[in-house]
Amino acid sequence: MVALVHILAQEAGGEAAGTAPNWFMTHAFLIPLFCVASGVLTLVFGKRTPGKGPVYGIAALVIAFVFAIGCLVGIASGSSVATGGIHWFTIGGFSVDAGYYVDGLAATMLVVVTGVSLMVHLYAIGYMHGDKRYTWFYFVLSLFTAAMLVVVLAPNLFELLVGWEVMGVCSYLLIGHWYEEHVNSSAAIKAFITTRIGDVPFMFGIFACIIIAGGTTSNIQAIGTAVGVSHDTVLVTAAALLLFGGTIGKSAQFPLHVWLPDAMAGPTPVSALIHAATMVAAGVYLVGRMFEVFVQADPVVLTIVGTIGAITMLGAAILAMVQNDIKRVLAYSTLSQLAYMVAGLSMGETGYSAAFFHLFTHAFFKGLLFLGAGSLIHAVHSNNMSDMGGLRRKMPITFITMLIGSLALAGFPLIGGFWSKDELLVTASTGHMWLFVMFLVTALATAFYTGRMLFLTFYGPYKGHAEPHESPSVMTGPLVILAIATVVAGFLGSPFTSYVFADWVHFGTPEVHHFHGAIAGIGSLAALGGLALGWLFYGPKRDREVDPLQRGLGNGVWNVLQHRYYIDSFYFNGIVRPIRDSVSAGVVWFNQNVLDGVVNGAAVVARGGSGVIMWIDRNVIDNAVNGAGTAMETFGKGLRLVQTGKVQWYAVGLFAGVIALSLFIFR
Amino acid sequence: MIRLPLILVFAALLFSCGVYGVLARRNAVMVLMAIELMLNAVNLNLVAFSASLKDVSGQTFALFVIAVAAAEVGIGLALVILLFRNRASINVDEVDLLKW
Repeated sequence: MVALVHILAQEAGGEAAGTAPNWFMTHAFLIPLFCVASGVLTLVFGKRTPGKGPVYGIAALVIAFVFAIGCLVGIASGSSVATGGIHWFTIGGFSVDAGYYVDGLAATMLVVVTGVSLMVHLYAIGYMHGDKRYTWFYFVLSLFTAAMLVVVLAPNLFELLVGWEVMGVCSYLLIGHWYEEHVNSSAAIKAFITTRIGDVPFMFGIFACIIIAGGTTSNIQAIGTAVGVSHDTVLVTAAALLLFGGTIGKSAQFPLHVWLPDAMAGPTPVSALIHAATMVAAGVYLVGRMFEVFVQADPVVLTIVGTIGAITMLGAAILAMVQNDIKRVLAYSTLSQLAYMVAGLSMGETGYSAAFFHLFTHAFFKGLLFLGAGSLIHAVHSNNMSDMGGLRRKMPITFITMLIGSLALAGFPLIGGFWSKDELLVTASTGHMWLFVMFLVTALATAFYTGRMLFLTFYGPYKGHAEPHESPSVMTGPLVILAIATVVAGFLGSPFTSYVFADWVHFGTPEVHHFHGAIAGIGSLAALGGLALGWLFYGPKRDREVDPLQRGLGNGVWNVLQHRYYIDSFYFNGIVRPIRDSVSAGVVWFNQNVLDGVVNGAAVVARGGSGVIMWIDRNVIDNAVNGAGTAMETFGKGLRLVQTGKVQWYAVGLFAGVIALSLFIFR
Repeated sequence: MIRLPLILVFAALLFSCGVYGVLARRNAVMVLMAIELMLNAVNLNLVAFSASLKDVSGQTFALFVIAVAAAEVGIGLALVILLFRNRASINVDEVDLLKW
């Protein structure tokens, strides 16, 4: 029984009531269920299905994508928010519903998640072809998508937490998909534990939100209303900071960013999914969902959010400049771009739409770039850009699509990320000058490493060993579709469509955007300048025996960057090893002294006991048994002498017996 | 009419003689004869009680006993003859094969 509980459009604060939600929006709860169903079908029937399983996930995602588009159409036509649910459980006065909540933010996220996931599902048919856990891979992929969709649609924090944690498990399984190699399994553990560190404050943040809402509900809308009237600023501030802890872990912000680059150990389609549509987007999405808490909290919260965003943004972008592994370049790029979104959100209500517009465009071009990188890796059998080069003629489709993705990432005018970065810059230019500067510097760095990546892989001489060839159409198809989506997505937030995205996703009243020629010019200049610098350092004419940047920066700086500012080493040597070593030493001591003592003691007691039992057995029981036998034998030996064979003796006995009986009877 | 107790005492003495003969004699023929004594002592008792109680069933039993005794002596003497043929002796003490 699914009932519409309440339509909250009017309560959203002065927002004009829209038209009623369309059918897709009121049935949005089906979207994750499709993916769950496809996961179950894949697991149960996958290996017996022709093609070994992907058909279920792809079919489910096609339907889910149609639903998502339906929801977005509903939002675009001015529909009010759709929400509903069924009662899930009650603990004391605290009740939790299982339901759905579709507003503009959720609808756009649905499109992103189902769209990118669908592309990844298609792409993986080619990329994962022949993998020994192919069916299992598709099962986890479906589950991963379903979990992200649950997060997106969750009307309350508990349902969100369920999706959040299932996603954590799925990311662990997918990063460690090739767990036979130790590097991969330890990367999976690292990702799981690092995000888990963020989950602890997140849990307490949920508790704080429930307390704010009066301890009876975890409904996000109810919390938002309660926060607005709450006078306990300290509690609200604490809740916001704790919730942001979850974002730091899941969206890999400094200082918990270390897991994301290592997560590259997973298969490339997984990286695309994690970086573009699911997992890391969930952290940013959480901030957006709980934005009322952040806005109502002490302003220091948003300052902290902005600072962390700024640190991660530039720090990761610089690290991306020195990576050799193409997937690591993209991983650090993701960190940096996520930090763009986080920093965008830190600008408060005005940055909300811009931040999510960046998430929207980023999902498409980053998914595209990862799948393109996978195509390259598939061709040259190496992750390292030092094994690539000159591939633009051998892999034209991959080259064109990756070029579009790279330009979108770099913020090249009119393509993809340009529009979202421009919006962020415009927002930052009014009152957030330091973020404006950070955005610009990072944009420059982004364009530089993007150019470096392009020039190292597609230009210059080929340096690898394998015979590169264009990937099959099942892999290039998704690339082309995503490239088109990248370009189209960018224009949704441009003056050509009168900033339609801001109408869909906004906080409070829709923001009014104006196209600033000067700011767009500065942004374009940063992008072009970065690309030009990339050409200068890594252009085809350059000698690349030693990385030109290494010569430019000097070995000292280069080493610091190669060691990722020594943060990973610090975590490992400063935190993991001391704890692990002391714990393991304690465990060894406990094992040798206590557990072994118990075991040995038990053995000694058992031996002693068995000795006693053996003595009793030999001396008491055996003697009793033998004694009984011997007694019978002796008695029988004596008794048989009575049988003399002399009949008259028997007759004597007979008469004696008669006499005895007579005496007894007639006494 | 002789008094019943006298007859009973006589029968008891006769039975005791029979018992002695069965237990003490070595000669198998003598043992058989002693058995006849015991049987006839019992017959005497039966007839005496029959006369005393005016009931003929006792005398009927006596007739049966006489018939059975005749058969028994026939078989017993046949056994003795066979024993003698095999052992050249009718000493019952020597016939003790059926023992430990």
